Amino acid sequence: MSQEFESNTPIYMQLAERINRRILRGELHPGEKLPSVRETGVQSNVNPNTVQRTYQILEQSGIAESRRGQGTFVTEDPAILRSMRERLKREEIASFVRVMKDMGYEAREIQHGIQEFLEEENES
Amino acid sequence: MIELQGVTKRYHGKKALDSVDLTLEPGKIVGLVGENGSGKSTTLKLIAGLNHPTRGRVTVNGHKATRRIADRVAYLSELDDYYPFFTVGGMIDFHASQFPDFDTKKADEMLSFMNLERSSKVKTLSKGNRGRLKIVLTLSRNVPVLLMDEPLSGLDPMVRDSIVKSLISFIDIENQIVLITTHEIKEIEGILDDVIAIKDGHIIGHHNVEDLRFEHGKGIVEWMTEVYQ
Repeated sequence: MSQEFESNTPIYMQLAERINRRILRGELHPGEKLPSVRETGVQSNVNPNTVQRTYQILEQSGIAESRRGQGTFVTEDPAILRSMRERLKREEIASFVRVMKDMGYEAREIQHGIQEFLEEENES
Repeated sequence: MIELQGVTKRYHGKKALDSVDLTLEPGKIVGLVGENGSGKSTTLKLIAGLNHPTRGRVTVNGHKATRRIADRVAYLSELDDYYPFFTVGGMIDFHASQFPDFDTKKADEMLSFMNLERSSKVKTLSKGNRGRLKIVLTLSRNVPVLLMDEPLSGLDPMVRDSIVKSLISFIDIENQIVLITTHEIKEIEGILDDVIAIKDGHIIGHHNVEDLRFEHGKGIVEWMTEVYQ
């Protein structure tokens, strides 16, 4: 069964984020062909019109390129992949910091907490 | 294109639909949602030409929806009616003999997608497999309009998942209008382009599902809960 989507964000955006993360994890390689619109639709239980829109925004952001008659491919441009990696990092940190501040933690506590956590994790 | 203009339908003096205006364009999968008795099935039957409006006009690609509209419209009934003496293959061939637009090759592809055997007797099929067979018979027709009344109702999660996947695989999304009534919103949400909410015979909302998420930050269930109050 397919993974569920959040109801507060358009599915085409959530699907694009999933593909970005798969590229970061190395499950999709630079230059690799993305599955066809219909295949992706069947894998994630999403309307082909929506998948089409996902592929369009991936192309607009440079992450993917469509080659006439061949399909859609992950970009091989290292600069684009680096900036995507940077963007996702900032987004994750921003949402983590928002949650922490919401619970009343100060910037220094958060910074210290992360540092401590990473050091402990390194030791184990 | 499907058009309802000022459509009212009464059954025994009670209004099932009340002055409904609705236009649906090809290239979309549309969900029709609402409580039992809200007018969902009536809407589908009027478009299928199986019922006639008391007032107003129902057309499919400019043609009035009468019994003869069946050559442009495929209709999946919510009833579990079938001919028990047929085999699966017999059902396919019977439908092919009734509808010139029936695509037997596509039907056979769908049978293997659904793990159904041509030689199985319909009466020995599980409820889930009968549900799958109904989908095969409906989607194998090359018609501009597909109407499905509760295609997931009463089926287990595995069957519902295979039906959702078969819709994605086999609908000719560029050329067809697909109108689905359902209570299983969570499962079908990802494949809907538009959603229409109907209550007491009135259309109370009609949205693009992705716009609903983008502009209002809501999924269909949250939106329905709001408009239904």
